[in-house]
Amino acid sequence: MYEKEKDAIGAFLRGEMDRRALIRRLGGLGVTAASAGTLYNMMATSALAADFDWQKHKGKSVKLLLNKHPYTDAMIANLPAFKDLTGMDVSYDIFPEDVYFDKVTAALSSRSSEYDAFMTGAYMTWTYGPAGWIVDHNEWLSDSSKTNPNYNWDDMLEGVRKSCAWNGVPGGELGSADAKQWCIPWGYEQNNLTFNAAMFEKAGVKVPTNLDEMLEAAAAVQAGNDGVYGVGVRGSRSWATIHPGFLSAYANFGEADLSNDGGKLSAAMNTAGSKEFHSKWVKMIQESGASDWSTHTWYQVGTDLGAGKSAMIFDADILGYFMNGGENAMAGQLAFAPFAANPAASAPTPNIWIWSLAMSKFSKDLDATWYFMQWASGPEHGLFGATEMDFVNPVRKSVWDSDVFRERLNKNYPGYVEMHDVSAPGASIKFTAQPLFFDLTTEWAATLQRMVANEVPVDEGLDQLAESMNSQLTEAGLR
Amino acid sequence: MTDTLTTRRRQLISPRALPYVLSLPALLVCIGILIPFVTAIYYSLQRYRMSQPWNRGMNWGENYVKFLTDSDFWNTLKVSLVYAGSTVVLELLLGLAIALLLKKRSTVNNFISIMLLLPLMTAPALAALMFKLMTNPNFGILSYFMQVIGFEDFRWGSSPDTALFTVILVDIWVYTPFMMILLLAGLRSLPTQPFEAAALDGVPQLEQFWRITLPMLMPYILTAALFRLLDSIQQFDIIYAMTQGGPGDTLMVFQVEAYLNFFQSTNVGRSAALLLILWAITYVLSNIFVKNWLRLRERAKGGA
Repeated sequence: MYEKEKDAIGAFLRGEMDRRALIRRLGGLGVTAASAGTLYNMMATSALAADFDWQKHKGKSVKLLLNKHPYTDAMIANLPAFKDLTGMDVSYDIFPEDVYFDKVTAALSSRSSEYDAFMTGAYMTWTYGPAGWIVDHNEWLSDSSKTNPNYNWDDMLEGVRKSCAWNGVPGGELGSADAKQWCIPWGYEQNNLTFNAAMFEKAGVKVPTNLDEMLEAAAAVQAGNDGVYGVGVRGSRSWATIHPGFLSAYANFGEADLSNDGGKLSAAMNTAGSKEFHSKWVKMIQESGASDWSTHTWYQVGTDLGAGKSAMIFDADILGYFMNGGENAMAGQLAFAPFAANPAASAPTPNIWIWSLAMSKFSKDLDATWYFMQWASGPEHGLFGATEMDFVNPVRKSVWDSDVFRERLNKNYPGYVEMHDVSAPGASIKFTAQPLFFDLTTEWAATLQRMVANEVPVDEGLDQLAESMNSQLTEAGLR
Repeated sequence: MTDTLTTRRRQLISPRALPYVLSLPALLVCIGILIPFVTAIYYSLQRYRMSQPWNRGMNWGENYVKFLTDSDFWNTLKVSLVYAGSTVVLELLLGLAIALLLKKRSTVNNFISIMLLLPLMTAPALAALMFKLMTNPNFGILSYFMQVIGFEDFRWGSSPDTALFTVILVDIWVYTPFMMILLLAGLRSLPTQPFEAAALDGVPQLEQFWRITLPMLMPYILTAALFRLLDSIQQFDIIYAMTQGGPGDTLMVFQVEAYLNFFQSTNVGRSAALLLILWAITYVLSNIFVKNWLRLRERAKGGA
């Protein structure tokens, strides 16, 4: 069974057939995209095993600390392939996101050896790395005896890969030559527009292409649809309010969180340009945002769009992706568009969130753990997850090049592939890497809340925020 | 047989060691409390941020001195005290009123008093999430009621004007039954003679309440208020689940601030110092209450 299909995939893996020819051949043999993915994964795993001693750590076990997430589901669904390949066992604890990072902090700060690897965001590694809780993964990446020759590290999207690397110097450029690879990208999110096409059509509004248009479009689409608010963005008193749409738009205007003068950091969010941007953002929320915006996390932003309570969101693209499926009332009715807030900008500059994997420094067997890490972040699992599960957005160029994956997206998620392709070159972390990241962003969110509630004027609020940040930076010896 | 067992037990633990063995569990609990307490004092005297291990060092009380000029700290102190004061007073008044209504022993009253305990069985964080749903502007029933009575744009926890009111409302819903049950037990245990004498003399009900019921109930009121005050000044779950301390810094109470300082900013020094200030406030408040409680007891004894 499937012998002809296996031959075709084998030829592709040996480089004897190009991708389009493979797709045509499999289509001709009547293979569905899902089956093709499974076969490809199976064959690719076997091919990998031929080039590398995957059984070196046979009989060993790795324990993971995981967040409840579709990426986790995709990995668990494919775990039998890893176990077959390596003879290793994998156990894991999964926690909901509300408590996940508390659990990670507690496990790492107590130097517990219970977990060998865990899921993290790149921002968190700005604490974990300098604290000495995680390893520099370059040590394994650069060791050909420990990393399989087909791992293809350069296949990772450059902006994403570099965003996970920092030299540990406050204000140091991400991905610099001396940077330490604190975590390995797994899946990532760009921040762009997901909109309800029917609501826009009903109100006769076209999709906005810059911030001024977004303000107008949000107000118009809200006026044209009963019981619907114009635009969903996050607003809770948390660092997570700043990093998605807000910072993506902010960076598009060339504005920064901090300035770096020869290693001395200073607050930079009270410039004239920043004040103008904040004024527009605050006005947009006041006029067309959710009435309970100040309690909105990604969850409320997403569910309101999925339930047809909001007309668009400027948030994680994958949030729109998930709201366009499942049991959501608006499933199948959402569309996607890239968004450059600054009319003078040539392309979007999305700030990104990267779900990554990192090895704990307190793991008892880092070499064995690395076997899991390279498999989970490898091209085969990436393709399996993207084509058969909801492992989006992939961090590997090869997966984005997959016709099977692109066709799957084009079929059900109109505009998604184009949105990604247009934004990917400018997608990276736009924050300054430094130890006070969470202090800065949480206080920034609290200030934004006060501005939206008219408790403080925008320019005064930003001056107060900058003053507070500067004093904290001075106190921490960073200014 | 029994004699043999007893003798064997005597041999296992000598009479001289027995008191120490019996007090061992209590000693271990004390150690379990004292070690983190002393560690917290030690950390609070340090400049200690886990993301900057190279900066760690003793700064001998600088964290505390900085609080004097830190507007965030004074805001935290103010919000914590206002929250604790408001919830305790309101819950006391409501609890007392309900207890007075249910004072008479009857099947219906007993049934109602048991039913009213239901909110106490709800975890405060869950109660907060429940209220968060009920105040949702799209489908929340409380938001709907507000619209019906003419408050079209009442924003509950998401507006700085009403956030404190909203979390106090949740606190009242959860903890008023606690006040009610303690005061009801107090009311029902009061001696009946003074009330009978007052009734014979034709003393009006209101006068009876002010002159007899309230003074005799005072030890119970103080006990209930003390428990609630100590709990309320340490409020975390309702506020964090509802607004994470926002909007702005509206609800930034001690525990929320200390939690964010530790788990998000990994600023161990400041977090520990905040919690020790909270400990000091708790200590002072409980001392005031206990002293008053003892004074009342002395007076009651003297009166008798």
